Amino acid sequence: MSALSEVFDRCRAEGRAALVGYLPAGFPDLETSLAAVRVLAEAGADVVEVGVPYTDPLMDGPVIERAASRALAGGFRLPQVFDLVRAVREAGAVPVVMSYWNPVLHYGPERFAADLAAAGGAGMITPDLVPDEADAWLEAARAHDLDPVFLVAPSSTDARLRSTTQACRGFVYVASTMGVTGTRTTVGGSAATLVERVRAVTDLPLCVGLGVSDGAQAAEVAAFADGVIVGSALVRAVDEDPTLEGLRAVTADLAAGVRR
Amino acid sequence: MSGPTAEPRPGRFGAFGGRYVPEALVAALEELEEAWHEAMADPDFVAELDRLQRDYTGRPNPLTEVPRFAEHAGGARVFLKREDLNHTGSHKINNVLGQALLTVRMGKTRVIAETGAGQHGVATATAAALLGLDCTVYMGEVDTRRQALNVARMRLLGAEVVPVATGSATLKDAINEAMRDWVTTVERTHYLLGTVTGPHPFPTMVRDFHAVIGREAREQLLERTGRLPDAVCACVGGGSNAMGIFHPFRDDEQVRLLGFEAGGDGVASGRHASRFSGGEPGVLHGAASYVLQDEDGQTLPTHSISAGLDYPSVGPEHAFLHDSGRATYAPVTDTEAMEAFALLSRTEGIIPAIESAHALAGAVRVGRELAEAAGGAFAADDPDRPVILVNLSGRGDKDVDTAARWFGLVDGEDLVEAEALKAAEPVAEAEGSGW
Ligand SMILES: Cc1ncc(COP(=O)(O)O)c(C=O)c1O
Repeated sequence: MSALSEVFDRCRAEGRAALVGYLPAGFPDLETSLAAVRVLAEAGADVVEVGVPYTDPLMDGPVIERAASRALAGGFRLPQVFDLVRAVREAGAVPVVMSYWNPVLHYGPERFAADLAAAGGAGMITPDLVPDEADAWLEAARAHDLDPVFLVAPSSTDARLRSTTQACRGFVYVASTMGVTGTRTTVGGSAATLVERVRAVTDLPLCVGLGVSDGAQAAEVAAFADGVIVGSALVRAVDEDPTLEGLRAVTADLAAGVRR
Repeated sequence: MSGPTAEPRPGRFGAFGGRYVPEALVAALEELEEAWHEAMADPDFVAELDRLQRDYTGRPNPLTEVPRFAEHAGGARVFLKREDLNHTGSHKINNVLGQALLTVRMGKTRVIAETGAGQHGVATATAAALLGLDCTVYMGEVDTRRQALNVARMRLLGAEVVPVATGSATLKDAINEAMRDWVTTVERTHYLLGTVTGPHPFPTMVRDFHAVIGREAREQLLERTGRLPDAVCACVGGGSNAMGIFHPFRDDEQVRLLGFEAGGDGVASGRHASRFSGGEPGVLHGAASYVLQDEDGQTLPTHSISAGLDYPSVGPEHAFLHDSGRATYAPVTDTEAMEAFALLSRTEGIIPAIESAHALAGAVRVGRELAEAAGGAFAADDPDRPVILVNLSGRGDKDVDTAARWFGLVDGEDLVEAEALKAAEPVAEAEGSGW
């Protein structure tokens, strides 16, 4: 059983949703990002998504886009992502990587999978790689026992919901609204509707992302999803307070939210 | 062309192409693909597009022989396909009209576009005005400054122009921003992509809307000279004007297809946009192709004097034509392009777009190499002189400011190098690979 399946089973046994937190590697610098993922894990994230900064993050809104630019300007190098994965694992959460496809393609999908597995990573989320184009990644992931996680969206047809979730392992990333990453004041009814449509075609845990920023919203989503994904709100907390106390507080609030 | 077929499955050109996009966009791409196939099979749609091309764009545009320019190209015969004479001033309108009609057919009410030189943005704003569509154009902040005239044109036409300050603030960042808009508004918005890049079906669809360039040129040239060209020259940004003129010649094996990329300050300087000299296979903006990237797969900054060629990737079909050897690609530096720009202006009274000037510089290079191989310049009465066809993709009005600065004409000084340009070497030698 994969580390992701285990963590979702445990959360389900505790009668709650999992908290999935995203932070970009190397932001605002490598040292702080290493400390930040540890804080995230300690303060209650069950799964930590380590983001690979990329020059052209077209699924991301301004908060994460700027963070990626700063990480790259600060000299982020791809293999550093494995240091963060190790740090997450040591801090007791389950690490997954989130990366646009080209950095992984350039590194070599097989080599990336081997290094990710060796660092203790559980899988990878690929925002711009759909299963239709993912043969090389699926093969590498299978060979190294990593869970490939793809996204579904409100615009996905039922046929695509079925084929995409069939290619997923660990969990399904349910992008709840049409749009890029960033916090929203309401997470919207479209999330619940989409979750319902996805439940009809898969038994995998469903994690809902795009827009959640506080405990109240997390509780709202936790009512119908198996996991709550938070990104921009955490990035902003790191940006605003490099001591990471803000991040600790936001994470604790979210962790309480998924338990409400 | 014998050998491998370009499209083993839809949207794939050998190892290139595909659909590397967020899942949220897949439904829209499928809808577009279906609407496009249905439209092309609908005689009414085809007739409407033909009518607009004739009565609005002004097609067929002329094929112009340029003998005074050709004297500098080893005495070969040089013909220009005059896309610069289209309404809005470039080839971009061919694709825009096709996609704008598709937008209406799909029941969408808004178009968005990216633009570098501003020509695609102007063409899109024009079609939006014509068909009553809302229009937003994303343009890198750097490009809004160097192509200020086109920003004003788009606004006059009623479009909203959004300067993009993220990343390198040029064409690639404008595409990122357009994609972000699209994924949010896809229900009522069509992304009117301006070149043969991006996810399937864009590379194939945009090529097909531009193939009218090559079809007309081939027929006009046969009628005029009774023969096919020895070489077809085009500049390659994303690659739409090049695919448009190359495609109808793809099975004429004796015709060399030559693409000219932005050499900027020279490939060795690192300041360029020559994907086939400095790039490697990768994925950018939805397609697998050649990409200028660093050791970590991060997109590299590019440089070109021409905003329309200043892009780190290239249409996937060009990558396929490159690897299969059917087409050949080479860089042209800023300096070479500006020399060709001045040369055509001075010898023929035609001011080209700086993008197109890259193709002209390439034609001069090729003509001279053919002459050299034949033991000297071709005589004007030589019936077997080689024939070079150049896609003059756009006119230079938008570039007058840049050119005036380059040539020091801003304070009424004359073109200082005019005499030197007319003399021995109007276009510098190719760097590295010659033809
Ligand atoms: C006149 C002209 N030619 C060429 C290009 C380059 O585009 P493509 O390579 O798609 O033809 C542009 C783009 O802005 C242009 O304005």
